[in-house]
Amino acid sequence: MSIFVDESTKVIVQGLTGSQGRFHGLRNRDYGTQVVAGVTPGKGGTDVEGIPVYDTVAEAVAATGATASFVVVPPAFASAAIVEAAQGGITFIVCITEGIPAHDEARTYNRLVEEFPGVRLLGPNCPGVISPGKCNIGITAGEIALPGGPVGIVSRSGTLTYQALYELSRQGVGQTTCVGIGGDPVPGTNFIDCLSAFEDDPDTKAVMMIGEIGGSEEERAAEWIAAHMTKPVVAYIAGVTAPAGRKMGHAGAIISGSKGTAQAKMAALAAAGVHVCQNPTEAGEKMVELVRAL
Amino acid sequence: MDLFEYQGKQYFARYGIPVSPGGVADTVDEAVAVAQRVGYPVVLKAQVKVGGRGKAGGVKLASDAAEAATHAGAILGLDIKGHVVKRLWVEHASDIAREYYASFTLDRPNKVHLGMLSAQGGVEIETVAVESPDAIATLAIDPVVGLDVATARRWCAEAGLDEEARAGAADLLVALYRCYTEGDCDLAEVNPLILTPEGRVHALDAKVTLDDNAAYRHPEWEEFRATETDDPRERMARERGLNYIGLSGTVGIIANGAGLAMSTLDVVNQVGGSAANFLDIGGGADAGVMAAALEVINHDPSVRSIFVNIFGGITRVDEVARGVLEALGRVEITAPIVLRLDGTNAVEGRAILAPHLSERLVTEPTMLDAARRAVALANPQGES
Repeated sequence: MSIFVDESTKVIVQGLTGSQGRFHGLRNRDYGTQVVAGVTPGKGGTDVEGIPVYDTVAEAVAATGATASFVVVPPAFASAAIVEAAQGGITFIVCITEGIPAHDEARTYNRLVEEFPGVRLLGPNCPGVISPGKCNIGITAGEIALPGGPVGIVSRSGTLTYQALYELSRQGVGQTTCVGIGGDPVPGTNFIDCLSAFEDDPDTKAVMMIGEIGGSEEERAAEWIAAHMTKPVVAYIAGVTAPAGRKMGHAGAIISGSKGTAQAKMAALAAAGVHVCQNPTEAGEKMVELVRAL
Repeated sequence: MDLFEYQGKQYFARYGIPVSPGGVADTVDEAVAVAQRVGYPVVLKAQVKVGGRGKAGGVKLASDAAEAATHAGAILGLDIKGHVVKRLWVEHASDIAREYYASFTLDRPNKVHLGMLSAQGGVEIETVAVESPDAIATLAIDPVVGLDVATARRWCAEAGLDEEARAGAADLLVALYRCYTEGDCDLAEVNPLILTPEGRVHALDAKVTLDDNAAYRHPEWEEFRATETDDPRERMARERGLNYIGLSGTVGIIANGAGLAMSTLDVVNQVGGSAANFLDIGGGADAGVMAAALEVINHDPSVRSIFVNIFGGITRVDEVARGVLEALGRVEITAPIVLRLDGTNAVEGRAILAPHLSERLVTEPTMLDAARRAVALANPQGES
């Protein structure tokens, strides 16, 4: 099994006719994902390599029965696209857009919670989700993932997600699902959402968690793990040497005062029984060791 | 982007938040001229993006031109925690009856806005926060709903603001919230927020951090950009559109993706080195971006080796390899380069570089190996 998405997930791409949407949407379809429609206002009735395009999400959902959407639109339009997806009947939204203002994210997140409680948003500013061999929504290169489990991956960083997939795959350790939750201050889906789903997924036997400086999501995840998680967790936190007060690339990756340091996150996770590693390679090796001993 | 106090006050004024009349001065003469214009007594305040300037002698009161000149001369050029004062804000001094504190920021764990208000403002607010947290009235604000005057008035009462200050403070808080949201601030803080003996409420200081992601809808931020950093490396990187932060070590770092770049800094540190910078070339970088990145690093005289750490996803490793060769052809790169290349088109990328490898341009199979090599090259005496 897998979490969030599988071979039966029908996906629409909001922004399919743009260069990024086209590139990644077609790549996702080539991977085997059921990409059933695109949505671009004003382009309804056209198609992108055989994928029909509709003017609105509601039309695309009515015609195809899609339940998931891949939002690939510029920052100024992303919030409206996310809300339109929820209004149109989509229940799982993946938004890869980088550079959305934090106030827009906060408003959109709360609108979804209040008006569409059954909808899950992944991102923004995330690489997406891949259940290897079944479904890939986002920008992850599918070939670095290995189907069959037993590891679930959840990560705040895109490239470190690829690094984690690569470290495991090259040693023959597969993944159930790999979720990139993104590096922005208001992520739609957090560590706990993913850890909880992995805990409930019978095929996931262990979880790799990749965090970074900023915020307190890793500390909250540590509390949750201590109270609820029965499966082993291996963690790596980036940014041990990052200076306070400087945003390290991601809008959410900033140490304010004494809060959000990598050291505090690592200590909280270690106290919760998590195997905390010093670099991505060590984390990969530790996970391989754990999986081999299962 | 952090604003200087004077920029923060100008930003506040756009949203109708009352601030003292004043102006900026880069010289003693300018300071005296501003003081004449706004009227004595005046306060001269060092413009630095660091706290504790009052205790460091960066804030002085002057009652006439001679005093203003003396203080301006003393503060300009002052070193406050490594920040040299180049600019003053000179404003008409306010009579202060009471000092309060107010701020808005994002409550990340709860994903709502957080207002903080206290009747015990002033320089010791951080002590207040630690020793008597009850003295700070917090308000969770749903971003969909916002803040209205009635709520703000109840909040002022709850925080224990003096009766005569509440109406003015509530109006100011609503304006500050509008500045925070419509003005796309990560932080909008007023400390102190003062009540004057005449019963007026206004902002005596301004601490504003703007959300860089919102720059596209704020053309008025352009003027803040010019004064954003004194670091010539950061200026050069910004002109080239690169996501760069200057640090104090000797190993120049280039990576794709913020997480990988942070991780690269950490690994260099773990093997006994220190990074000269953070540089994320982002996803999908082409040869031109890679060449620009190498040029910026090359400009930093403290760099003794360069570690290029690429995991190709959207970024294609063959493009990165072409960028390295382009940079080598365009400028003389003074430090040796160590590359670790994996992911999309890594085989092609390595093949492009193979004929050019030398002791100045080397590849290593893993991130850890490459970090060790780069650190060894940066510390030839074997300090690590």
